[in-house]
Amino acid sequence: MFTAPQIRVDWRASFDLTGQILFYLSVPLAFPLVLAVYYGEPLLPFLGAIAVTLGLGWGLDFVGDPEANLGPREAFLAVAVIWFLVAAVGAIPFVLAGTGTTASPVNAMFEAMSGLTTTGGTVFREFSVYSNSLLMWRQLIQWLGGLGILILVTAVFSSVGVGGAQLMETETQTQDVSKLTPKISETARLIWGLYVAITGLAVAVYYALGLSGLAPNMDLYNAIAHAFTSVATAGFSPEPQSAAAFAPIAQWALIPFMLVGSTNFILLYLFIQGEPMRLLQNEEFHFYLGTVGFFGTIVTAILVINPDIAFSSEATIRHALFNVTSIVTTTGYASTDYTLWSAAGQHMIFVCMFFGGMVGSTTCSIKSLRWLVAFKSLRRSLYTSIHPEAIRPVRISGNSVDEQTIRDIYGYLLLSIILVFMLTIFVVVDAARFQSLQVSEFDAMGAAASTFLNIGPAFGAAGPFGTYDIFPTSTKVVMIVLMWIGRIEIIPVLVLFTKSFWTS
Amino acid sequence: MRVVIIGAGEVGTSIAANLAGDHDVVVVETDAARAERLKFDLDVLSIHGDGTSLEIQEEAEVDTADMFIASTDNDRTNLVACGTAKTLGDPFTIARTKSVEYLRTWERKHGAFGADHIICSDLLTAENMVRVIGLPSALDLDPFAGGLVHMAEFEINEGSPVAGQKVVEADRFDSLTFAGLFRGEQLLIPDGSTVIEANDRAVVIGRPESVQSFATDIAPGHTLDDATDIVITGGSQIGYHTARLLEERGLKPRLIEANQERARELAEDLPNTVVMQHDATDTDFLEREHVDEADILVAAMNSDERNLLIAVLAKRIGVDRVVAVVDNTEYVTLFEEIGIDVAINPRNVTAEEITRFSYENIAENLTVLENDQAEVFELELDADSSMVGKTLEELDSELEGQFVFGAITRNSSFITPRGDTRLKAGDHIVVFVETSFADGFMSSV
Repeated sequence: MFTAPQIRVDWRASFDLTGQILFYLSVPLAFPLVLAVYYGEPLLPFLGAIAVTLGLGWGLDFVGDPEANLGPREAFLAVAVIWFLVAAVGAIPFVLAGTGTTASPVNAMFEAMSGLTTTGGTVFREFSVYSNSLLMWRQLIQWLGGLGILILVTAVFSSVGVGGAQLMETETQTQDVSKLTPKISETARLIWGLYVAITGLAVAVYYALGLSGLAPNMDLYNAIAHAFTSVATAGFSPEPQSAAAFAPIAQWALIPFMLVGSTNFILLYLFIQGEPMRLLQNEEFHFYLGTVGFFGTIVTAILVINPDIAFSSEATIRHALFNVTSIVTTTGYASTDYTLWSAAGQHMIFVCMFFGGMVGSTTCSIKSLRWLVAFKSLRRSLYTSIHPEAIRPVRISGNSVDEQTIRDIYGYLLLSIILVFMLTIFVVVDAARFQSLQVSEFDAMGAAASTFLNIGPAFGAAGPFGTYDIFPTSTKVVMIVLMWIGRIEIIPVLVLFTKSFWTS
Repeated sequence: MRVVIIGAGEVGTSIAANLAGDHDVVVVETDAARAERLKFDLDVLSIHGDGTSLEIQEEAEVDTADMFIASTDNDRTNLVACGTAKTLGDPFTIARTKSVEYLRTWERKHGAFGADHIICSDLLTAENMVRVIGLPSALDLDPFAGGLVHMAEFEINEGSPVAGQKVVEADRFDSLTFAGLFRGEQLLIPDGSTVIEANDRAVVIGRPESVQSFATDIAPGHTLDDATDIVITGGSQIGYHTARLLEERGLKPRLIEANQERARELAEDLPNTVVMQHDATDTDFLEREHVDEADILVAAMNSDERNLLIAVLAKRIGVDRVVAVVDNTEYVTLFEEIGIDVAINPRNVTAEEITRFSYENIAENLTVLENDQAEVFELELDADSSMVGKTLEELDSELEGQFVFGAITRNSSFITPRGDTRLKAGDHIVVFVETSFADGFMSSV
């Protein structure tokens, strides 16, 4: 083993954990393998992926050191590396299957990263060339990524008990991982148990709609596939038409599960454990539901006055509410092609991308809590400009937020907006190299926000029924990186590129 | 009754002085010189030593004591002393604490720390403060009979509509008794024809609503509502609790505290208070924030000098009513002479409260007025009391001293005392008595 005294990160601790996780990644891979056997489809993609993940896991475990201490820096490193490598392993079955656009490694990586980060933007052009098992793998990755891999890891390995809280905080960038129980692994288990239970309920509801004939094409396969990606607010669908492929009643049924998936799971747990007021009186919850209600109403109004749209009144409300919910919760399903709406409607959908659900949920994007803190702090600034001596803590649900957290939130908002802006410019400039490619600024902005904020569909050719395959490879590579950065909330990746992370 | 008092500071000494007349009092004090001096000042036994030590407590014969009062300035010493006392015998233990924390713990389980009662001086002072500012123009206000009865002392100002009226005209309320009038140094027991003069201090006893209405009568337009602008200067524990209690009444006070960290802490704990971090003696700041237009200013800083400064400043820039916390007992009169409306001394408040508890078991509640010229008692009448079965008129002619029946409560309901009201066993009576006659009155019960 080489020793590098100037490196102050105990990377062997991070590698050991990464190795173990990759090792266990073979367990979920067995699910599509079983499906492949059932449908009589090629087994190679999954057997190959299992072999690679076992090998990689074993190798990292070998260089890793189980005795090494997992501190904050090691947690940053582990989180960044794990999310990247799990996506890489997730891409292997696409490459090995060799069908459709994802035969190319970059496209496969895009699809896997978009899956794991619960973005839900696809590079598929033709869905029919894919096997059922591969399409289900795509859904399963989203479900695994939905609540966060490291919460799952903490739930499974009691051994990461001490570092577990560190990992969960790093993964979600929430200051306080509220422990429900004294042991963090027990808390993680409760949350995952709840996640599994809600997913199970979603399967039952969707399948019941299918069985009853209300949504005939919602068979067990589709029920499971959509339960995975609705509760995970992820957005992939084995159907090229996404939610539009199903009956209106099925679309209505998807809405509550997207909403629940974007609700803080700790508060949900307390809700069913007899402390409903903790959730119902939570200000972030009000803000989040308010966002959905506000934009749902506005989009309904826009659809009503839009001359090109001739929906029935039920359909108008359904399409407005469904698509707003889908975008605000960062799911990314579509019940209709909103790129056909007027500019006003499309711009409203664009604005919705920046909200997100509650912290501690499966949602992505900026999240309601950050906006709420930022708005309240701005309102306070107005007050203190008249009364400079007044001390006014920003309060959320009665608890005051400390000033350092407020500064961090401002920093996060600024960084997010800068990254979206930079990616927009990059998409436009990169596309300009090709004569055939027409990317408007709005389309580029949409694609940038949608990938970085992990939403999924964008506008123009990359709309809900479109594909990201139109973008050049270089753009796709940058998007892969930004989906990765966005999902683990920027900081864990960016710190890896600072000198002081490694040496001071 | 044998009473052991730990600590001969202002509080302990004041309690000892109140009790020494009728009871056997033992005072334990760590300061040798002070312990020595106490022997001569008061008719008590004083022991030099640590009140928490078993040995000293044995020497003080705590095992045979009926009451044990821990009144040092240190919370933990007081609690440990009570705990120790409970290992020796079973006196009724009273601990004085500053921190509300210990009181909250004790409220969870009475008897915690070996204390049978805890008196929290900061909270008590704040409660007092809120009562006084809750009734503008009241110099003093105390609840009796579990809050069914209020006793208040008011100063009648020059412009008051009541000045120049006869008592019978001023007292429009059925459930209000005019107990006494202080005119200069003199105590008057008024009857219906007594004329109220400006600068009199009137003591009334009655239902809380009547007392409130009377307050409005004597100083119209000065009652507390949610538009009342209250400014508290100083984020001491007393300042904090005052703000908190005002918040509980639905008011939105302003609090000025100079220390940044303390201000932040207060702002976090007081969601309905506007906390400002600045030096409260800066006139520019006070003008900018329109403190001169405030209805009430509470000076609750940790230093008497600063409280005096801010109180005088506030009066000068035109605040209607200024109430101040005064730590040094000797300054109380000085403050009020300078023109500060009410000066509240935490030690006096505490000593008064402890004395109430330690008074002979029939006396349940007590307020001392005007430098001990008069007292207001609350008594529960036993079946064998000589007063039971008599009307108030009969008692009036029987007893020689100066006293007034202020209020009677029977089965937790208020009865207005009239000449023909006949007392029954179990009645609570609230009586206003001239101090020199207090013992005489007690013995006839």
